[in-house]
Amino acid sequence: MGCICGQDKQSMQAYLQPLQQVLNRYAREERFLVPILQDAQEAYGYLPAEVMREIARSLNISFTKVYGVATFYSQFHLRPRGRNVIKVCTGTACHVRGGGEVLKAIQNVLGIEAGGTTPDLEFTLETVACIGACGLAPVIMINDDTHGRVNPENIKSILDGYRQPVHTEVAAG
Amino acid sequence: MNKITFTIDGHTVEVERGTTILQAAHSLGIDIPTLCYHPDLSLHVSCRVCMVEDVRSGRLLASCATEAAEGMEISTRSSRARRARRRNVELLLANHPRDCLSCYRNGSCELQDITFRLGVTKEDVDRLRGEQRSFPDDETGPALRREPNKCILCGRCVRACEEIQGIAALGFAGRGFNSIVTTAFDLPLSEINCANCGQCSAVCPVGAITEVSEINAVWRALEDRDKFVVVQTAPSIQATIGEEFGLEPGTVVTGQLVAALRLLGFDRVFSTEFTADLTVLEEGWEFISRIEGNKDLPHITSCCPGWVKYAEHNYPDLIDHLSSAKSPQQMFSTLAKTYYAQQLGIDPAQIYTVSIMPCTAKKFEKERPEHRDSGYQDTDAVLTTRELARMLKEVGIDLVHLPEEHYDSIMGSQSGAATIFGTTGGVTEAALRTVKEVLTGEPLDRLNLGFLGRKEAEVEIGGRTFKIAVVSGLAEAGRILDEVRAGRSDLDWIEVMACPHGCVGGGGQPRPNSKAIMDKRAQGLAQLDRSNTIRKSHENPDVIRLYEEYLGEPQSGRAHELLHTTYQARPR
Repeated sequence: MGCICGQDKQSMQAYLQPLQQVLNRYAREERFLVPILQDAQEAYGYLPAEVMREIARSLNISFTKVYGVATFYSQFHLRPRGRNVIKVCTGTACHVRGGGEVLKAIQNVLGIEAGGTTPDLEFTLETVACIGACGLAPVIMINDDTHGRVNPENIKSILDGYRQPVHTEVAAG
Repeated sequence: MNKITFTIDGHTVEVERGTTILQAAHSLGIDIPTLCYHPDLSLHVSCRVCMVEDVRSGRLLASCATEAAEGMEISTRSSRARRARRRNVELLLANHPRDCLSCYRNGSCELQDITFRLGVTKEDVDRLRGEQRSFPDDETGPALRREPNKCILCGRCVRACEEIQGIAALGFAGRGFNSIVTTAFDLPLSEINCANCGQCSAVCPVGAITEVSEINAVWRALEDRDKFVVVQTAPSIQATIGEEFGLEPGTVVTGQLVAALRLLGFDRVFSTEFTADLTVLEEGWEFISRIEGNKDLPHITSCCPGWVKYAEHNYPDLIDHLSSAKSPQQMFSTLAKTYYAQQLGIDPAQIYTVSIMPCTAKKFEKERPEHRDSGYQDTDAVLTTRELARMLKEVGIDLVHLPEEHYDSIMGSQSGAATIFGTTGGVTEAALRTVKEVLTGEPLDRLNLGFLGRKEAEVEIGGRTFKIAVVSGLAEAGRILDEVRAGRSDLDWIEVMACPHGCVGGGGQPRPNSKAIMDKRAQGLAQLDRSNTIRKSHENPDVIRLYEEYLGEPQSGRAHELLHTTYQARPR
């Protein structure tokens, strides 16, 4: 038992295989909780409940405690994130140069709010306070790429460049 | 010299080094307000309500966490200290619901008391009022309900769950304004490894965690002319309910309790001690057969439902060591709807069984699907000590001034052995009194195992030495079970009570609930045991009659059918 998502034992074992590799790199001690969570997130893209439950079990600490640590740090994500993470700058310079309009345009194109992820898991949309590239305002980052002087009109074509070829249609919210 | 001298409000005091300012002030009769502080838990220092001023430096100090130092000059009443306390309470209230009038803790809320004491006004709070939390309530029960919006983040429940019970089902999640005390992924308490012990509800200063109330269901049954309502009172209640009516902890009010229950309208008033004696016989015989067959030792007691659920989650591999004997509550209810119904010639469908318990886990226990041996749900309703007090107060029954009455027969007599079930070590002592007499014909000397935490002892019975252990608090129980799991095999008997000091420290007992108070309650029960003329379970005349007329012998077929149960492995 211990499964809350309806998977059978065997597929659960396979699902937890990447986590086992993470756990094998550390002593089973509570002090390694944060690095284990970081590595697990790296392996799964986010921190699924079952992964956190298994981490709790293996470190012999309570599930609630693991959840508490994971929700304390903003670096940890409890829901799946998109393959591409968009960060829209909402700092002063970008705001003055129309950053708000850019954010609205992206929300319209993707059909999600800031903080959300498209159902096809292609994009996650986030806002940040400043990217430190005010000379290029308004600025957005997609993964590690910086796009400067964006405007509501060219947003769609920029995003399309990040879609996988098989997924051509725009996901509806 | 391990003493230091300093002044509080101009009084010079000499205290042991390491004494906190809060403790020193208390010894002078100065009661500094606190919220997150609890004498039985570690320090958290989050509420900042216990501020005092260091007069020389003008610094504000949290008195619960600051040790007094030589030559220190402390003011507990300077305007800076008072202003700081007040402001901190105002900030708590700024994000606290204003439904005091209908809150379960109205009148017993520590935040409410402190608000009144410090003279905080509505205007003060309104100035600070901003965004409000809105978390959903957890009302899935069956034992505990949570209202996170009332939580003041003092962390007393979190510490009780981790430090006393070793479960940590509750914890802090989120950060800053979004901080909340919750479970992993906000799962309902009913779906996780919570033992339902209710220690969280016993230490919560506000209405954020309480028992699921069954008061209305019991009123309905009492008003239903077709129902024959039978009530049982757990051993500890007689030594604790007095506190709800202003009596000193440990004051024994057995006769008044019986009278009060009759006044409420119960058709029969019985004592769970009757079936505690029965549990001793069934479990004692089970223990004897395990010794003789050298099987499933150590034998582990199972009368505490919080402990049973904890074991099912954490030690499913040791479940066979648990006694199969039902808890006294469940034995009682089963017999009420079988044996007693037959004796009285009443249709068991008409019988409604209520138990008055020190415990929130009993509310969970009664819902277990195993407990339908009478053909009906054996126990219909469980009221905590606190809930019964509420019912009595609602209709103005002043327990303290009632003339004493006796329990009804044929399920109302009890031995002193059964009385001490309400405290740690009691079950063990009661069982061994009977086991020793059965095996050797000799009486057992007083063991006096009541205490906090863990105690081991050796008892000689008929030339053989038995090694027994008694633990209370699930964290402590976990440690001893880990030893058993790791191969420690010299123990013959382990008694486990989930709550500190056993049922007198139960999650459903009157608040406040601290070790000092539990000690007094346990002393009240011990005194009852000493004064009882029947001190051994097997000499309880009602129990003897029950076996003669209905069950046959301990561990007989019928006894097994009605008085024993099974357990199930649960996920961690």
